Amino acid sequence: MNQALKRSHEPIFWLLFGAGGMLAALIGAMLVLITAFAVPLGLLPADAFSYANMLAFAQNLFGKAFILAVVALFFWHAVHRIFHSLHDVGIHAGTGARVLCYGTALAGTLLTVWALWTIGF
Amino acid sequence: MSAAMAKVSVLRYRPEQDEVPVWQDYQVPYSDDMSVLTALNYIKDELDGTLSLRWSCRQAICGSCGMMIGGKPSLACKTFLRDYPEGIRVEALAHFPIERDLVVVMDGFMDKLQKVKPYIIPKEARSLDEGEYLQTPAEMDLYAQFAGCINCGLCYAACPQVGLNPDFIGPGAIALLHRYNLDSRDGGSAERMALINSEVGVFNCTAVGYCSEVCPKMVDPANAVNVGKMNSARDYFFRFMRPAGEKGECR
Ligand code: SF4
Ligand code: FES
Repeated sequence: MNQALKRSHEPIFWLLFGAGGMLAALIGAMLVLITAFAVPLGLLPADAFSYANMLAFAQNLFGKAFILAVVALFFWHAVHRIFHSLHDVGIHAGTGARVLCYGTALAGTLLTVWALWTIGF
Repeated sequence: MSAAMAKVSVLRYRPEQDEVPVWQDYQVPYSDDMSVLTALNYIKDELDGTLSLRWSCRQAICGSCGMMIGGKPSLACKTFLRDYPEGIRVEALAHFPIERDLVVVMDGFMDKLQKVKPYIIPKEARSLDEGEYLQTPAEMDLYAQFAGCINCGLCYAACPQVGLNPDFIGPGAIALLHRYNLDSRDGGSAERMALINSEVGVFNCTAVGYCSEVCPKMVDPANAVNVGKMNSARDYFFRFMRPAGEKGECR
């Protein structure tokens, strides 16, 4: 084993992963239920997800924060899980896989920030 | 039941004659209370003296009889033929180099145990006439579970990340490290932090949890690793707020 210990930068990704996992566990299933079933099936009033309502939500500061947290943290959670599961499907994860996985999450995060910005306040 | 026989398949490796490990089957007289260790020693004493294995206590305390039994990391003395009516397959502990038959090379593991400084590093030095370091039963309860480790290596054979990165300090050593960190008499946590934080440290773990499942002594190495992750994450982000000298040795 090597004598000089190099500090691991994993805490950054681990905390993002943990935060995403926690958020997904708390509201992930509920979001799917509402957006994929309750609204389309008419269990909730149809205009709950109307364009006007959603636009107003995305223009509100708290709404923006919520959307960013859900999209970005879910992304970081997912790529971390995928990256660490790669060897289970026979891919030996190296730098390329790392860049691809976490790069996707970074791109998703930046895209969300950009979209939330351009949609106005 | 005296005529009943049980099949025991052993993965043999004799470096002077086997290019690669090969399976060999034996028939041993079966009884309900026969452990795998007893069966292997029957083979060695009565059928084939060339079989090599490690053992000593026969009661799950010395930690030397770890092997893969039916594909699962187990102590041979704590596993019984009666639980394998189809016959039993025994091979050397996974993730360790095979030295011969069921004997593995433990050097890397021993080296890791040393690295965690598994001894009390006193908070402040005391002279003899100040007497012993006192500890309450409640303080002892904090670490007692982790002190049960017998260094058998089963958790290393169970851990897929040890398999991927042999340098990973591993579940057992981290449990041992945690045992000393939790000891009220110990002041060495900061010294041990560099290892926890490092690239061979806790973040190799992907929370599989199989280590704690196979542990024959009910130690929970997965818990020790998880606590280590929390501590390391805190150290990562708050290290800049501490005075320079106290920082971990990690670059
Ligand atoms: S933690 Fe359990 S499985 Fe791991 S070496 Fe110690 S006793 Fe064996
Ligand atoms: S012989 Fe000692 S633990 Fe099995």
